[in-house]
Amino acid sequence: MTDIIIHCAVALLFPPLLLGVIGKTKAAFAGRVGAPYLQPYYDLIKLFRKGSVFSETTTWVFRAGPVITLSATLIAALLIPLGRHAAVISFSGDLILFAYLFGLSRFFTTIAALDTGSSFEGMGAAREVTFSCLAEPTLFFSLITLARMSRSLTLSNILTHPTPAIWLASGASMLLLVGALFITLLAENSRIPFDDPNTHLELTMIHEVMVLDHSGPAFGIILYGAALKLFVLGAVFVNIALPIATGNPLIDWAIFILAMLVLAVTIGTVESVMARLRLVRIPQLLVGATILSAFALMLVLR
Amino acid sequence: MTASLCSIYNGSSLPLADIPVVEPTPFLQGIIDTVERGWRIVSYFGLPDQSGLALICLLANEADGQLSVTRTATADDHFPSIAYLCTQAQMFEREIAEQYGLVFDNHPWFKPVRFHRAFLPGRDAWNRPADQAIRVGVMDFFQVTGDEVHEVAVGPVHAGIIEPGHFRFQCHGEEVFHLEISLGYQHRGIEAALIGGPQPRTQQVMETAAGDTTIGHGQAYCMVMETLAGIKVPPRAEVLRGIALELERLANHTGDLGAIAGDVGYLPTASFCGRIRGDFLNMTAVLCGSRFGRGFLTPGGTIFDLNSEQRDDLLKRLADARRDLTDAVELLWSSPSVMGRLEDTGRLTREQGLDLGLVGPAARACGIKRDVRNDYPFGIYRMTNLPVATAFHGDVYARTMVRWQEAQKSMDFIEEQLRQIPGGGHRVTSAPGKGLHLAVALTEGWRGEICHVAVTGESGRFARYKIVDPSFHNWPGLAMALRGQQISDFPLCNKSFNLSYCGFDL
Repeated sequence: MTDIIIHCAVALLFPPLLLGVIGKTKAAFAGRVGAPYLQPYYDLIKLFRKGSVFSETTTWVFRAGPVITLSATLIAALLIPLGRHAAVISFSGDLILFAYLFGLSRFFTTIAALDTGSSFEGMGAAREVTFSCLAEPTLFFSLITLARMSRSLTLSNILTHPTPAIWLASGASMLLLVGALFITLLAENSRIPFDDPNTHLELTMIHEVMVLDHSGPAFGIILYGAALKLFVLGAVFVNIALPIATGNPLIDWAIFILAMLVLAVTIGTVESVMARLRLVRIPQLLVGATILSAFALMLVLR
Repeated sequence: MTASLCSIYNGSSLPLADIPVVEPTPFLQGIIDTVERGWRIVSYFGLPDQSGLALICLLANEADGQLSVTRTATADDHFPSIAYLCTQAQMFEREIAEQYGLVFDNHPWFKPVRFHRAFLPGRDAWNRPADQAIRVGVMDFFQVTGDEVHEVAVGPVHAGIIEPGHFRFQCHGEEVFHLEISLGYQHRGIEAALIGGPQPRTQQVMETAAGDTTIGHGQAYCMVMETLAGIKVPPRAEVLRGIALELERLANHTGDLGAIAGDVGYLPTASFCGRIRGDFLNMTAVLCGSRFGRGFLTPGGTIFDLNSEQRDDLLKRLADARRDLTDAVELLWSSPSVMGRLEDTGRLTREQGLDLGLVGPAARACGIKRDVRNDYPFGIYRMTNLPVATAFHGDVYARTMVRWQEAQKSMDFIEEQLRQIPGGGHRVTSAPGKGLHLAVALTEGWRGEICHVAVTGESGRFARYKIVDPSFHNWPGLAMALRGQQISDFPLCNKSFNLSYCGFDL
């Protein structure tokens, strides 16, 4: 019971801090002080207190977009094990639900963007679906590889399966998986080198351009949903990359939180030392990640 | 050289009567022939006189360092266009059409430039109703139709804090077929207001013709006034002007290098350059108290002098800024992800650059050796040789590299000049200008060639004052650079040109 409460509390309250840590890391690389760690929380509070402007040409789809996106991501957050503890909801085959919850949220984000009729948002939607088509196989190959290793179709088992022993036994597969998942993590969360979350240039945006017309609480929901998505995919990554379980629940939670913060610093570092890719190069990197995860699967199947 | 051309030097004037009036046909043939032989149109404008409208064209040939002026008279409100044969004339012809209601027959792209009423009341090249206000940006845009072709309109209100301009992209998926740029939102009527000048505020108006090129435009105006008055600027003032001009170049090039890095999402250089740009602006403030060089220049010299403490201060600041800037910019060249993004993006060939008559870093990046400081030296540049930095590929990378090389040369120049400032005064009193003269002044602002031409009436007042900002030549270059490119690369290409909206709109 305690674990369920901690799970929900961490999943609900922790994600914006990741954005704060990424921002602070980037600022440090740029020689600036940067915004406070808690700035994303302040931003969310500010947005939730504002009013919303809805274009007259939009329909209910536009309003439903952010809500459905956030709900889907919240359910996904309940499906994954955090800090070596079983997930809150867990059943055989939940990995399919997990993958398609993201599919659902993406569908509603893009359809809400198309609902505005703006040429920018249409362009962003086209880019988003193109690139996510290429990112999705990686996630599936990774989950299938782990399912095969753990001989289970439950995320709780799959993601808590990796242990130091497994890493020693099939290190090559695990390394390939970690590499592929990190690339997917960056791509799915619109980070550099795929997308620049800080840019104001509509023509270069992928994800940001789709939410240009949202404002106030709706935009707050989108920002919070994005942070949550980063948290969920980050947690999947940390579960695989850091197979340590001490047996003491509280220490495990502490290790998990620490690992997530280190991951945020890593993402911030990648963003600081790299430029964005040209849009035409992005598919190449995504296909590369798919190939890495496919190799990982072949290595366990052999 | 055609007999109808009349030679003139940069920063000099000649009596209007010395410029022969030729018939329209030899006038146009002369322009076409000389452009074919490597000359270039620097300025081309209308001048209303008693008999109607005269057209004056200023041509330049970098290879021989020659400047020539030619003149014709128009009989009615129709005139043949040479835009088909000479691409660089197209924008000038549209400008003349808009300002004087002269219809250029067979112009391939006959659209308004800035969307304002003609200087001559009652005339309009497009027969727009006189009782309706002209709305900026309302015109027939070029359109592409077909499957999967879509149109993207950007601006005039942008997401960033930049000037207003409207961009129409005709795209096929992510690929741009055609970009049409429509400006005019910043039109303030500077040229119309200058007729009958100079007024006491004219210097200030010139300094804000393009707000980031205060010294470039300010000095061109000073040169016009000085040649009309027949006065010589003291050597100390020439050096101070040169330092101010190069500081302006450094501040803007630094800002551009940072902005290009920012556009590709490369944080370190973007952040550092933002600060270092401020350091250069502060150095300009040491000269005159204004970070943008406002109120530093005056016809006859400079308003402020530089004492030895200020000079030492500048030398120290320059050394610090040079160290920081070198560190920040070198990061760019050593990051493969940045290079991969800049190389082969927004490419212009040397031929396109020559046809369009590009100027400044955009031209030099295509391998065109074109720099007023070197070709038609003015002020302190007559005494010193500043090497011209060029590149070959004409892509964003080349434009970035040319900026960095120019910045390095400018820092060397400032350091050298600060160490050997001549003594003496920094200002002489100006005198009233000569009447019925035509004065030409070219300076190399950080964006490229700035051309001011003044024609005075009998009383010495301006009958016409023509300003050509480098952006006027270069906006079509940006449109051409986007052909066949990814639409997502537009902001980067735009930043690598970094053209002025208000300098174009005047």
